[in-house]
Amino acid sequence: MGRIADAFENARSENRAALVIYLCAGDPDLNATVELVVAAAESGADIVELGVPFSDPTADGPAIQRAAQRSLRGGTTLAKVLETVRVIRSRTHIPILLFGYYNPILSYGEQKLVDDAAESGADGFLVVNLPPEESAGLRGPAVERGLDFVPLVAPTSDPHRIQQAGEMATSFIYYVSMTGVTGSTATDLASASKRAAALQRELGRPLAIGFGVKTKADVATVSPHADGVVVGSAVVQAIEVAASTDEAVLAVRALVSELAGGLARQ
Amino acid sequence: MRYLARLMQPLESVSGRYGPYGGRYVAETLMPALDELSRAYEECQGDPAFQAELDSLLHHYAGRETPTCLASRLSAEVGMRIWLKREDLCHTGAHKVNNTIGQILLAKRMHKTRIIAETGAGQHGVATATACALMGLPCEVFMGAEDVRRQAPNVQRMELLGAKVHSVTSGSATLKDAMNEALRDWVTNVRTTHYCVGSVAGPHPYPMIVRDFQAVIGRESRVQMLEQAGKLPDAVVACVGGGSNAMGIFAGFIDDAAVRLIGVEAAGDGVATGKHAAPLCAGGVGVLHGAKSYVLQTADGQIVEAHSISAGLDYPGVGPEHAWLKDTGRATYTAVTDDAALDGFQQLCRTEGIIPALETSHAFAYLPTLAKELGPDADVLVCLSGRGDKDLETVIEQLAERG
Repeated sequence: MGRIADAFENARSENRAALVIYLCAGDPDLNATVELVVAAAESGADIVELGVPFSDPTADGPAIQRAAQRSLRGGTTLAKVLETVRVIRSRTHIPILLFGYYNPILSYGEQKLVDDAAESGADGFLVVNLPPEESAGLRGPAVERGLDFVPLVAPTSDPHRIQQAGEMATSFIYYVSMTGVTGSTATDLASASKRAAALQRELGRPLAIGFGVKTKADVATVSPHADGVVVGSAVVQAIEVAASTDEAVLAVRALVSELAGGLARQ
Repeated sequence: MRYLARLMQPLESVSGRYGPYGGRYVAETLMPALDELSRAYEECQGDPAFQAELDSLLHHYAGRETPTCLASRLSAEVGMRIWLKREDLCHTGAHKVNNTIGQILLAKRMHKTRIIAETGAGQHGVATATACALMGLPCEVFMGAEDVRRQAPNVQRMELLGAKVHSVTSGSATLKDAMNEALRDWVTNVRTTHYCVGSVAGPHPYPMIVRDFQAVIGRESRVQMLEQAGKLPDAVVACVGGGSNAMGIFAGFIDDAAVRLIGVEAAGDGVATGKHAAPLCAGGVGVLHGAKSYVLQTADGQIVEAHSISAGLDYPGVGPEHAWLKDTGRATYTAVTDDAALDGFQQLCRTEGIIPALETSHAFAYLPTLAKELGPDADVLVCLSGRGDKDLETVIEQLAERG
């Protein structure tokens, strides 16, 4: 079993959901990313989704769009993100899921990426615009190399597509709480969490709920039902408003600790 | 005349692939909507009532069929016989309406209650707003802020037609970013909304649907060439941004192996300068806006901004079927600069009394080069995809700069 599946198992044994924190690699710079991942890990995050910035992030709202733009202006590339993962690995064992869009991956080369990601110490991939139908070229080599491939299920997914995601998941399934982009305001997180719980039972895989989860209260709404909860835009915004890397690290420590406080099940 | 023939290979409707290109690279949330659209389109293709309604609207409302005419004075100047397929005479002044009438009919069948679209030059936005006004559906159009500025008359048209225009300021604030925003809206409102894509780009089934709706250009002009010239053209020339007018006219001749198909991209300041919009001529294979095709990108897979005097061609991607036509050699692609396009624009105005769109002017700019190769006995059919009223301000500004 990989680090990501272990993290879910560990959270379950503590009778809580796993806290997944999204950070955009290279925002504000890659050295800061190392410190921010370590800070998240030390403050209660179970898994980090490390965003690989892309010029045209069509599934992201303004907060993550801006983070990606800042990162790209700073010269971030997929190769540099992998170097950063290697540095992070010397500091923490927190599972790292590379999270992004397909074109930088295609450009890098799928097999080469899998090899280099495995060597750097990354644990898996979640590619927003790579549905199961198009994913064989990345999923095959990743699974062979023992890296996770995380499929998504959306509110619009029909039973066939949900089943397909269940079959492809190697550790967990990312459940999109609503139709929308990242950072939107969730309309009914409670219903989404209950739906996720039902799917978890049906598929026999952990589901992590993302999109629209911003506060400790949101985490507390999700945690009794789903096996995982993802917070992204709120973390990215906390980093955006910080005046320096040190301040960003403090802000992430404070926010992640607070969010982790919402994980306890009654 | 049947305006909607089944052109695709049987497999295309299932796989959405043109060789290695095309496909569906979109968020999971949108995948069911693309399946729904594919099913609805397939039903419509087999439904005589849909076909009849589309035929009737294209004829009585949009003014089809459009003429093909011999451009005598231009021919004499350029040195070969040049035939014009007059899509500029369509209602709204460009070929875009062929597609929007079809898609809005389709959207009504799917019981969608809201339409969104992206637009570059504003021609597709106007054509979508027009079809929505005609059929009584609310319409919102995403347009880059830069394009809102340089295509102001079309913004005013869209608003008069009842559409809401969203000025997009992210990224390069042009067509690529407008499409990003449209996709973000669609992923949010997918249950009620049809995304009316304006080119042969985007995830399957859009490249197929838009090509089929635009194929009327090729079907008509093939018949017209046989009637008027007594032969098929030696070459068919069209400008290529996303590539819908080119795919539409190429579709009529694709099985005629002797007819050369030539797409003209925008070379902007020149392909060598890096400031251009010519992914087929100078880009690489990548995935943008849901499909694999040629794109303009950096060495590490970031999409780069396109540069063209023409808002409608100012796009770093191109439809996947063009990518396949290029690789197979069935079509060839070239690029002409902003300057050359301006020359082509002026030449058509002066010799034929037709003010073409700046997009279309790129096709005309290539004709002198082609004439040197083909000689005076050649017959060349050019897709005159749109009229140029919307571009007057840009053209007059640029000509003043030239002095």
